Amino acid sequence: MTRPAAWVALVLGLLYFVIPLWGMAEFSLRMRRGVYSLDAYGSVLANPEFQRTFGFSVLMAVVTILVGVLLVVPTAYWVRLRMPRLRPVVEFITLLPLVIPAIVIAFGYIRLYNTGSWLPLTGTAGGANVLLLMGYTMLALPYMYRAVDTGLASVDVRTLTEASQSLGAGWGTILGRVILPNVVVAVLSGAFLTFAIVIGEFTFAALLDRPAFGPFMQRVGEDSAYEPSALAVIAFAITWACMGLIGLVTRTQKHTRAGA
Amino acid sequence: MAYLDILNLQKSFGANRVVRDFSLPIDKGEFVSLLGPSGCGKTTVLRMVAGFETPDEGAIRIEGRDVVPLRPNQRNIGMVFQSYALFPNLTVAGNVGFGLKVAGVAGAETRARVAEMLELIGLPEMGGRYPFQLSGGQQQRVALARALAPRPRVLLLDEPLSALDAKVRVRLRGEIREIQRRLGITTIFVTHDQEEALSISDRVVVMNGGVADQVGTPFAIYNQPATPFVAGFVGALTPIEATVVDPRAGTVSSGGMVMHLGRALPMAAGTVVPIALRPESVRLGREAGREIVLPATARAVEFMGSVIRIRAEAGGQSFLLDTFNRADAPPPQPGEPVEISFSGRDVIVIGG
Ligand SMILES: Nc1ncnc2c1ncn2[C@@H]1O[C@H](COP(=O)(O)OP(=O)(O)OP(=O)(O)O)[C@@H](O)[C@H]1O
Ligand SMILES: [Mg+2]
Repeated sequence: MTRPAAWVALVLGLLYFVIPLWGMAEFSLRMRRGVYSLDAYGSVLANPEFQRTFGFSVLMAVVTILVGVLLVVPTAYWVRLRMPRLRPVVEFITLLPLVIPAIVIAFGYIRLYNTGSWLPLTGTAGGANVLLLMGYTMLALPYMYRAVDTGLASVDVRTLTEASQSLGAGWGTILGRVILPNVVVAVLSGAFLTFAIVIGEFTFAALLDRPAFGPFMQRVGEDSAYEPSALAVIAFAITWACMGLIGLVTRTQKHTRAGA
Repeated sequence: MAYLDILNLQKSFGANRVVRDFSLPIDKGEFVSLLGPSGCGKTTVLRMVAGFETPDEGAIRIEGRDVVPLRPNQRNIGMVFQSYALFPNLTVAGNVGFGLKVAGVAGAETRARVAEMLELIGLPEMGGRYPFQLSGGQQQRVALARALAPRPRVLLLDEPLSALDAKVRVRLRGEIREIQRRLGITTIFVTHDQEEALSISDRVVVMNGGVADQVGTPFAIYNQPATPFVAGFVGALTPIEATVVDPRAGTVSSGGMVMHLGRALPMAAGTVVPIALRPESVRLGREAGREIVLPATARAVEFMGSVIRIRAEAGGQSFLLDTFNRADAPPPQPGEPVEISFSGRDVIVIGG
């Protein structure tokens, strides 16, 4: 492709993304007749349900990240250390959530864990939260695993493990003091992606009937005009903040890890 | 009884027998090198001592106790790796103190020990730096301090100098030896560099195909090689095939040339024996006490600085010889006729 053609393609692509965003943002500012104002944002933020659902989703995101890290870091580490030939298999498994629709999994959960089953998780709020957590962890798996695995690729896992062992360290120490600190950047980028996914997630939350932010956005969209746009802008801002933080963390951490 | 006793180790990876019947008793405070070509099993032996590989058979005893059933983190053996393997997320002090922290040593004591170790490796000011802020030689010194800090019973080094450039390599090997002597720590050092092994070891183990071909002092390894492999691998030499003429008088002949070795030989007359001459035993020109003089032709001249190595051909046999450089006597040109001389007493009988 020639240079001008490339520029044209780039600009068209950008417009494709920017125009709807711009339109939405502009619309969200027009709640007061004739002037731009942040009224729609004020109304959204003052809504107690916004605070409740947003708080719930943030909490779920944090717990999902913790569970994800505890699940993924040891797994990815062990696969690299002891079962390198299984790596493609494990990677394939972690990618499955991308091809299996969330709705299928949610229905699967509901069938398996309904009130008449051997483990009636859907019967209680706590149980449903556990199912939601499982769903979220699974949704985050492809991103978390990839991020951590890439992080592990940049350190000599085997030699560092052996060095730690010869210094008397057991598995817990090795994972906590050697492996995790050296993939912390990767873990954080996986964590921010997980955060963005969980905050905007709708399917699981709606089907399991949890008071999460996704279903709230959808309800607001049905009831009012300007607030949904304001909410969408807020959701976008959160996602972008997460992306920005990934970039920031990656950059600031680089110098202590160079030459690893 | 030996402090560290390696007994009849066997190790295979699949059908590949990597270590065969390897035995090595090591005294307390001894510095032993494993020397051999790539793939001969040096690292595998070291990793079995460290506990990273399990021997198929055999025992490894430290102070009389078999450590084979112990996990690597229970053996109290320090290890230094070719790639340094410093923890990139920890400072130099954090790295050196790692083993102490794991062992639950109190903070003040750890700090004192770390300072002592950094003093020992000559980097007392570097405690706050990160590994990436150090040169390769400094990183390897830190790795040494880290391995020594928890007072291990045995120190293992796997080609610790291979990643460094020549000057640093020579200096650091001297420092390693010096520190090892001062602490009196029992050490196994793996290398494929014969000069390195000969220069710093109490004893050298020459390995070939998973077998210890010869164990001995550097002097013995160099002067009385037990096998043709050891003779060829350690140092340069001219191999010659000779026939025993009179074993009691110690005479052999090769290509019509009779040599008096000045010592009795354990073989019968008529036996073919491999003999060899080190380049430093052969002289250019005649010299008193070197009774065998051969007319020869210089074939190749390698100027190495203080020493000049010449390959000369005499009667279809080529000889390597070293002469010291002298500013007033330039070396012969290739093709030039020369005389070479040596003494039968300097002839090495391989395995004899
Ligand atoms: N984990 C393993 N699985 C299979 N084969 C192995 C393994 N480790 C070593 N080997 C094989 O065992 C042999 C000896 O390896 P080892 O690493 O001990 O050699 P080395 O003497 O240290 O060589 P180098 O000087 O190249 O480091 C080699 O042929 C190697 O391919
Ligand atoms: Mg090796």
